[in-house]
Amino acid sequence: MQRRVVFRGKALPYLLVAPQLVVTLVFFFWPAAQAFWQSMHREDPFGLSSRFVGLANYAAVLSNPDYIASIQRTMVFSAAVTVLVLVPSLLLAVMADRVIRAAAAYKTVLLLPYAVAPAVAGVLWLFLLYPGVGPIAHALSWLGIDWNYLLNGGQAMMLVIVIAAWKQLSYNFLFFLAGLQSIPKSLLEAAAMDGAGRTRRFWTIVFPLLSPTVFFLVIVDLVYAFFDTFGIIRSVTLGGPGKSTEILVYKVYYDGVVALDLGGSSAQSIILMAIVVALTALQFRYVERKVHY
Amino acid sequence: MERRRAAQDLLPHLILWGGIAIVAFPIYMTFVASSLTQEDILAGMPLLPGPHLVANYREALFRGVVATSGISVLRMLWNSLVMALIIAVGKIFISLLSAYAVVFFRFPLRMTVFWMIFVTLMLPVEVRIVPTYQVVAELGMIDSMAGLTIPLIASATATLLFRQFFLTIPDELVEAAKIDGAGPLRFLVDTVVPLSRTNLAALFVILFIYGWNQFLWPLLITNSPKMTTIVIGLTQMIGLGEGRTDWDIVMATTLLAMLPPALIVLLMQRWFVKGLVESEK
Repeated sequence: MQRRVVFRGKALPYLLVAPQLVVTLVFFFWPAAQAFWQSMHREDPFGLSSRFVGLANYAAVLSNPDYIASIQRTMVFSAAVTVLVLVPSLLLAVMADRVIRAAAAYKTVLLLPYAVAPAVAGVLWLFLLYPGVGPIAHALSWLGIDWNYLLNGGQAMMLVIVIAAWKQLSYNFLFFLAGLQSIPKSLLEAAAMDGAGRTRRFWTIVFPLLSPTVFFLVIVDLVYAFFDTFGIIRSVTLGGPGKSTEILVYKVYYDGVVALDLGGSSAQSIILMAIVVALTALQFRYVERKVHY
Repeated sequence: MERRRAAQDLLPHLILWGGIAIVAFPIYMTFVASSLTQEDILAGMPLLPGPHLVANYREALFRGVVATSGISVLRMLWNSLVMALIIAVGKIFISLLSAYAVVFFRFPLRMTVFWMIFVTLMLPVEVRIVPTYQVVAELGMIDSMAGLTIPLIASATATLLFRQFFLTIPDELVEAAKIDGAGPLRFLVDTVVPLSRTNLAALFVILFIYGWNQFLWPLLITNSPKMTTIVIGLTQMIGLGEGRTDWDIVMATTLLAMLPPALIVLLMQRWFVKGLVESEK
């Protein structure tokens, strides 16, 4: 796609794209190529030489029970975050679409979590639930619940899921609200005149028309849960206790930066890239479908 | 019948108030804790603010905390502000230029350039942590503002958004500019940039928040305390099971860390919503 009328220029267009192209080449393509190269090599323990090992790093990563456990953990985490953010944000958007008065005020508050950095959102909730300190932690122990996410892996997982969902609520709410407001009111009025109740109208008209938005948000939320939740894990649990909240993105950081296993971390990077490419491809299939409608 | 109507009208408000409670409760409790002393908090904190608000914020802002090697929160806020502004303005600047070239010129390798920018969508920092760090290290940019910001300013999203918008500028405007003898740079500055005002504002809001909230990249690239950003500094203040945590000061710092992006969302809501929705198209 291009415009019909364009300017003439030989050097100028190259000068204009140069800054972005240089940054892209140096900080995206070079590291990606290096990750690819490193994933096929193994360094000696002193970092002095490296030799070609083919797919051995991948085989080592994929046959490592720790990595398999991390994949499973990431799947549970992302699925839980996605469901926990989609359902309440859809409910809230439907309600906000229904009220006219004060809708703007509700919207303003519900957009706030978007502004909060994942790591800062982590600290907000960490405080509330810090054993022996936070008000919710106190309330839970008063209710007789043995709450200590620093020791209990299941509780730690629950905590980071809740925080991740809280932070992503705004984004989903906003897109659902925009989707709802683009549904023609005449359609709903016609159905109402035919005697369809509110619930029936929602499931037969609103929800099907909203399904592209739902699909889009599922992908966005999965990508978010996979990658953008690093700050939450790092600030709240450090992947622990044990390894109970060590999701893939935290593991690639830990193995590469803390444990200094370059080959393994690079192989993990390439695997993560493949996951992003797959999710993005899915997203584009959705965009194409939307064009056909 | 009347009563049923009233209940039906009330239900959405009740549910929305529930949502607001979930969103606001942690922020409110953080505010309350930032107005108490450490002893008040540890003794089971009240639900209403106490009298130590000013003292806590003064201490957080101006007195360095031991956990962050004596760097004050004010300095960290400054670091974050500089980082966020460079990232937002830098991204807008280079994306505006590259989108302009791709849309308003015909040149060999045009589509190659476009696709090279496009695939960066699929390479977030998180998936290329170690190799990107190594590249920055080889360039001697570790622990510098340049190393902190430049790798983050290439953005396919902003370029795609500008491209989308530039394609809608009527051909007549370009022809008129040509007849007036205006060159491509004159047209960019005098016509395209003013027409892009709302897109620029919307993108700025989104990108400022993106820059301010960076965590993983500063964690890797900055070592010296004087480079600490507010989000990094905040996480350093928490003992996580080991060491003492001054919760009153930590809570004041938490609110300070979220205040600038929150204010931007609140005050520039219209641009924020536009930026968020359009950048996903």
